[in-house]
Amino acid sequence: MTPALATRGLSKQYGHRLALADCTLSIPAGRIVGLVGPNGAGKTTLLHLAVGMLAPTSGTIEVLGGRPASGPAQLAKVGFVAQDAPVYAGFSVLDHLRFGQHLNPGWDAALARDRIDRLGLDLGQRAGKLSGGERAQLALTLALAKQPELLILDEPIASLDPLARSEFLRSLADFTASRQISVVMSSHLVSDLERICDYLIVLVASRVQVAGPVAELLASHRQGLEDLVLSYMSQASRSSTTSSHQPTPEA
Amino acid sequence: MTWLTWRQFRAQAIAAAAVLTVLAIVLAVTGPYMAHLYDSSGIATCTRVSCGPLTNTFGNKLPWFDTVLYLLGLGIMFLTPAIIGVFWGAPLIAHEIEARTLPLTWNQSVTKTRWLAVKLGLVGLASVATAGLLSLMLTWWSSPMDSTLDIPYGHRLLLERLGPVLFATRGVVPLGYAAFAFALGVTAGMLTRRTVSAMAATLGVFAALQFAWAEWIRAHLVPPVTTIVPLNPGTISVLGIKDGFMNLQAAPTLTQQGAWILSGQVIDASGRPAQVPAIPACLGTNFQACAASLARFHFRELISYEPASRFWTFQWAETGIFVALALALAGCCIWWLIRRIA
Repeated sequence: MTPALATRGLSKQYGHRLALADCTLSIPAGRIVGLVGPNGAGKTTLLHLAVGMLAPTSGTIEVLGGRPASGPAQLAKVGFVAQDAPVYAGFSVLDHLRFGQHLNPGWDAALARDRIDRLGLDLGQRAGKLSGGERAQLALTLALAKQPELLILDEPIASLDPLARSEFLRSLADFTASRQISVVMSSHLVSDLERICDYLIVLVASRVQVAGPVAELLASHRQGLEDLVLSYMSQASRSSTTSSHQPTPEA
Repeated sequence: MTWLTWRQFRAQAIAAAAVLTVLAIVLAVTGPYMAHLYDSSGIATCTRVSCGPLTNTFGNKLPWFDTVLYLLGLGIMFLTPAIIGVFWGAPLIAHEIEARTLPLTWNQSVTKTRWLAVKLGLVGLASVATAGLLSLMLTWWSSPMDSTLDIPYGHRLLLERLGPVLFATRGVVPLGYAAFAFALGVTAGMLTRRTVSAMAATLGVFAALQFAWAEWIRAHLVPPVTTIVPLNPGTISVLGIKDGFMNLQAAPTLTQQGAWILSGQVIDASGRPAQVPAIPACLGTNFQACAASLARFHFRELISYEPASRFWTFQWAETGIFVALALALAGCCIWWLIRRIA
């Protein structure tokens, strides 16, 4: 089966700063993947590479077997909610649904309408006036109703209050439970991901530290996911400090 | 994509349509009376001598608001391309970058290349259509007053059909300017990534280009006609004396009606540029003495000019150049989008 996301030696450099280094991954389809790591670790870079908003400096990336954003068919297969869930401030909620309908051939209008109704959003409300949680839900609705095979969410709940967080995660879990869809969502808090993810990638200091099914990771590390991530984070930061202090052969 | 473009552009489109409608009504109400005045004035069939008084009578009969509307129309048409560039072109992409909506737009099932091509195409067409309708209405309405400007000795308002103001506000060139200003605004928005900076850059570059074009470039689009006119009391007008030399100019001849005079140089018998010493007789009314003095020098004037008949040649050439520049800028925008930007 084609992996949802496959990278080989993937790197992205901004000037002299390496945002993502030598990343090799193969994520099977059908998983709910948590991408966890501290701020600035390169999570957004990896996700933007996956949706084709960035081009790699070196290495390759394939999403559902295709090159990211290579054409309308590839775009239709991937749903993306960017960080802070951007929406058009001047558009009403209904305008956003029309936007999705006009720009996506696979648009499921009934699904979108049903979600908006259940969320209790007013169709005439301007999106600029929505709360952070409502905006995130609207952005998620747009991404879901285009019926993607892979859903990519960049820090979808970072800016939400605890109630909105749990509602967002519950509505996402409800959706994914009933269909064949892969999800990759990033967060800097493992506790956000623990509830719904069955696959975990730990990204620290531009490098993938570990990637695998949650069940396997837990089997080898009994103290729990949070502890596992913390130990990888501290390992990575120790190795980066020691390497920077390593004496050069000439010295 | 058409839906999205319309949804994001509709407020501006409605505003432009409202302005055009109001102007169309005002022009449609006042235009026929001016056309009637012109038709009954006899200017259309006048000969050289009778034209002066006829144009003056026509000018005096014109209602005051026609003169105001005429000048207002010049101002509106002159500014429209710049306004289009600043308010339609500059924010088109820059605003989306600032509002961070591009990650949403580019992750629907439409490639970003197609997204930009449709936006450039539709809003660009709207820009050209707006400028075109405006020019059509104003060129029609102003044609009686414009045609009196071609007649020497008429009241001129310091305007020539090929001059910097009138040329840029009539015929088809406003369409080319609008297309170019719009593409310039979009490009500035993509490069600066800030709406306000893009607006300022668009205005600055477009105004500078429009000035430079009229001042230095337009005259070179078609090589000017040169002619040598003898200077004698029957043809000269003395414009004054400076540093002991006379400033002479030949009066325009019939073939130069409405022409754009680029330069006039007094030359001597051998064809070299010359300065005319002050001849007291030519400043008074003693024509015979003046003629006798001038005859000794054999002064002539070398005039280079663009005949009024070239108006449409210039119009189409300049429109073509600006449309080509607009297309080149649009191509750069698309290339830039594919290459980088996120």
